[in-house]
Amino acid sequence: MAARRAGPVTYALLVVVLLASVFPLYYSFLIASKDNSALGDAVPSLVPGGNLLANLGRVFDTVDFWLAMQNSLVVAGTVAVGNVVLGTLAGFAFAHLRFRGSHSLFLVVVGTSLVPTQLGVVPLYLLMSDLDWYGTLQAVIVPALIGAFSVFWMRQACEEAVPRELVEAARVDGCSVLGTFRHVALPAVRPQAAVMGMFTFMTAWNDFFWPLIVLDPNDSPTVQVALSTLASGYYTDYSLMLSGASLAVLPVVGIFLLLARHVVGGIMQGAVKG
Amino acid sequence: MGRLDSRLTPYLVVAPFFLVFGVFGLYPLLFTAWVSLHDWQLVDGAQRFVGLTNFRALLADRNFWNALGNTVSLFVLSTAPQLVAALGLAALLDRGLRGRAFWRAGALLPNVISVAAVALVFAQLYGRDFGVVNHLLGLVGVDPVDWRGETWASHLAVSSIVMWRWTGYNALIYLAAMQSVPRDRYEAALLDGASRWRLFRSVTLPSIRPTILFTVVVSTIGGLQLFVEPQLFDPGGTALGTGGTDRQFQTLVMYLYEKGFRLFDAGYSAAIAWVLFLLILVVALVNFTLARRIAPKG
Repeated sequence: MAARRAGPVTYALLVVVLLASVFPLYYSFLIASKDNSALGDAVPSLVPGGNLLANLGRVFDTVDFWLAMQNSLVVAGTVAVGNVVLGTLAGFAFAHLRFRGSHSLFLVVVGTSLVPTQLGVVPLYLLMSDLDWYGTLQAVIVPALIGAFSVFWMRQACEEAVPRELVEAARVDGCSVLGTFRHVALPAVRPQAAVMGMFTFMTAWNDFFWPLIVLDPNDSPTVQVALSTLASGYYTDYSLMLSGASLAVLPVVGIFLLLARHVVGGIMQGAVKG
Repeated sequence: MGRLDSRLTPYLVVAPFFLVFGVFGLYPLLFTAWVSLHDWQLVDGAQRFVGLTNFRALLADRNFWNALGNTVSLFVLSTAPQLVAALGLAALLDRGLRGRAFWRAGALLPNVISVAAVALVFAQLYGRDFGVVNHLLGLVGVDPVDWRGETWASHLAVSSIVMWRWTGYNALIYLAAMQSVPRDRYEAALLDGASRWRLFRSVTLPSIRPTILFTVVVSTIGGLQLFVEPQLFDPGGTALGTGGTDRQFQTLVMYLYEKGFRLFDAGYSAAIAWVLFLLILVVALVNFTLARRIAPKG
C-alpha cells in the first residue's frame, strides 16, 4: 500500500494526530506563562501570558530545583555513559566473539526484559538501606547502569556495522579482544552508541517510581520527584506545577528534536528485528 | 595469554549485565516472596514468619479488590483502544507521505516526555471547574464532569493519559512491521479486486501478527503496573497515593506503594507484588492466546 500516494484525508487525519501530540505540551507552557487567576477564565486563552519568569522563580523558591536538575543530570549522564560502555562491550561480544553458551546467555538477556522488576521494590529498598544507599544518587544510578535494551541494541549495531572479516583479521594478527573492540568495533558503531546513549539518558531523566521511593523528596531528589513535591501542596497551584513540568521536559524535548530521525528509526528497527 | 584472553574476555564483558540484573532485578523479585511470608516492617525488619497470613488478609481486603478492579478496568480501557488506534495510525503513516520523518516524529513525541510531567498537564486539562476538557464539553452542551470524583470518569481520564503517551510508539512498531510485508502479497490481492479495507484485514493484519502479539504482551506487562499516571492525576492526593478520596482510581502498584512506603508494612506490600506478578503472567498468557485467534495466521 505504500506505493499509493496519500490523499488529503490522510494528511488531515495526521494533522489532527500531530495537534493532539503537541497540544498538552503547548498547554503546559501556556499555563506556565500565566497568572493563576487567569485559569478561572471561562474561555481559556491560547495566547501566552507574561508571567513565565515569575512562575519559574516560584518553582525555584518552592523546591531546590537547581539541585534537582543537577542531580538528574548526574544520574542520567552516568546511566547513559554506563550503558554505552557496558552495552557496547557486551553487544560486541554477543555479535562477534565465539564463546560457550553465548547463544543461551543472549536469550537470557532478551528474556529479562519480560521480568517485571518494578515489583521487587520492597526488597530493593531493603537492599539499598543495608548498603546505606538510601537517599543517595548511586541508589538510582547503579541498578540502571546496564540494561537488556542496551545490550540488545548494541549487538544489533555491531552485527550490522562491524565487518566480520575485519574482526577476524585483527584477531589473527594477534590483537587482543579488547584491542579489537577499541580499534575495529568502536569506531564503526560510534553513531549507534551515541543514539543509544541519548536514549538511555532520556529514560533515566524521566524515571519516577524508583527515585520517588529511594530518594528523599525534601533532600536531594531528581527533577521528576521534585515535580511531585510541587504537586503536593495544600492547594493545587497549576501555574507552579506546570512551570516545573515545562522545565522538566525541556532537555528531553531538545534532545528528541535533535535526534528525532534516529530515535524513530531506532524504535522501528528494534521492532522488526526483535 | 592469547587463548586465555579469547576464552575469558567474552565472559568478563557480558558479566556486568548479569551482575546488575541479578543483584538489582532478579534477587529483589525472588526475595519479595520471602518477605511476603513474614510480618515484616520496612524499618524494623522481619518480626516473625507468618506463612500465608499476608495473602489471606489480602484476599479479605476490600481495598485490594478495589485496586485490582481499578487496575483491570484501567488496563482494558487504555490498552485495547490504544492498540487499535495505533494500527490505524500506522496504516496512515504507511501511505506514500511527503515529510515522512516529520509525521513519524510527531507521533512519537508524547512518548519521550516524562510521565510525571504529562500526568500533571492532564490533571489540569481534566480540572472540574476550569479544565479545558469540561470547557469543550460545555460548548456542545454537556454538563461538567467530575473527572477525579467519579469512578468511571477518572478511569477514562487516566486511560487517556496512557493512550496519549503510547499510541504513537505502538504505531511506529506496527509501521515497521507493515513495511516489511512483501509487496507482492498486496499486488496479488489487488488483482483479485480487493478493497483497501479488505487488504488491511486479509493481508496486512495477518502479516504483522507476531508484532501484534509482541505489543499485546508488552502493554500487558506495562499496563498492569500502572502507577505514575493515576498517582499524579490527583495532585493533592499524591502524598497519600490513595487515588482519589474513595480510592476510585487506586491501582495495585499504588496500593503496594501505599502499604509498603507510606504505612511501612513491607510483608503485606510484598504479598501484593507477588499477586500482581502472577496476575501479569496469567493475563499476558490469556492475551497472547486471544490475540493469536483474533489475528489469524497469514
